[in-house]
Amino acid sequence: MNCIHVEFEVPGNNFLSAGSASDSVKSTLKKLGVPSSAVRRVAIAMYEAEINMVIHAGGGRCYADIFDDHIKIVMKDEGNGIENLELAMQEGYSTASDDVRNLGFGAGMGLPNIKTYSDRLKIDTEVGKGTTLTIEVDFD
Amino acid sequence: MKISELCKLIGATVYAPQDGNAEGEVLGAFASDMMSDVLAFAKNQDVLISGLCNPQTIRTAVMLDMKCILLVRGKVPTPDMITLARSNNIVLMSTKQKMYAVCGVLYANGLGAGEYNG
Repeated sequence: MNCIHVEFEVPGNNFLSAGSASDSVKSTLKKLGVPSSAVRRVAIAMYEAEINMVIHAGGGRCYADIFDDHIKIVMKDEGNGIENLELAMQEGYSTASDDVRNLGFGAGMGLPNIKTYSDRLKIDTEVGKGTTLTIEVDFD
Repeated sequence: MKISELCKLIGATVYAPQDGNAEGEVLGAFASDMMSDVLAFAKNQDVLISGLCNPQTIRTAVMLDMKCILLVRGKVPTPDMITLARSNNIVLMSTKQKMYAVCGVLYANGLGAGEYNG
């Protein structure tokens, strides 16, 4: 099975560049001829995760492995971690500040959106250590 | 609806493309200031109507393959936003009108809501 590996640094203090890693992966998938419905799901899930990294964790690193039939994206940060994962997965629950809400995020839809648009989602988080999201999307 | 017609109906100023000639056809619109909600519920809309004026407004439209962004309440896009819109071939325009009025005018003239997720 073929595999293309790409990596991106996500700066924590640059709201302008937030989303550029997701944009790059989206463009690569389009060039590879991945069905547009799958490209869209990848773009939304990864973009939400990238925004989370910037607004909650002070940045991090993305690793994407693109296979023939699916993509595996690992988003790793060394932020504060998620205190209550069950609550964080509920639509509408948010710990975001008013500043973040003024930027158009923090509606409590980030993690639920990532779960909705991915086929498999694994969340490893430890308070004070950081969070690693493993997102997989099938190219169906 | 043609984007040029949309622009005329609401008296918008075009910032992208550079020549101001907004071309293309759009079939549905989504209006929100919360980008997470746009990402959650938009399905096949081509136009994003928003009062949120920052680079993530453009990024959100890019992720969803939208063709046109209409900023309301007189929001003026920053140079970063204009550059991002132009490089992604997204029409970026702004109007002084308020969101509710804009939605009403466009809906009454045949631009529907499209389908939603969830």
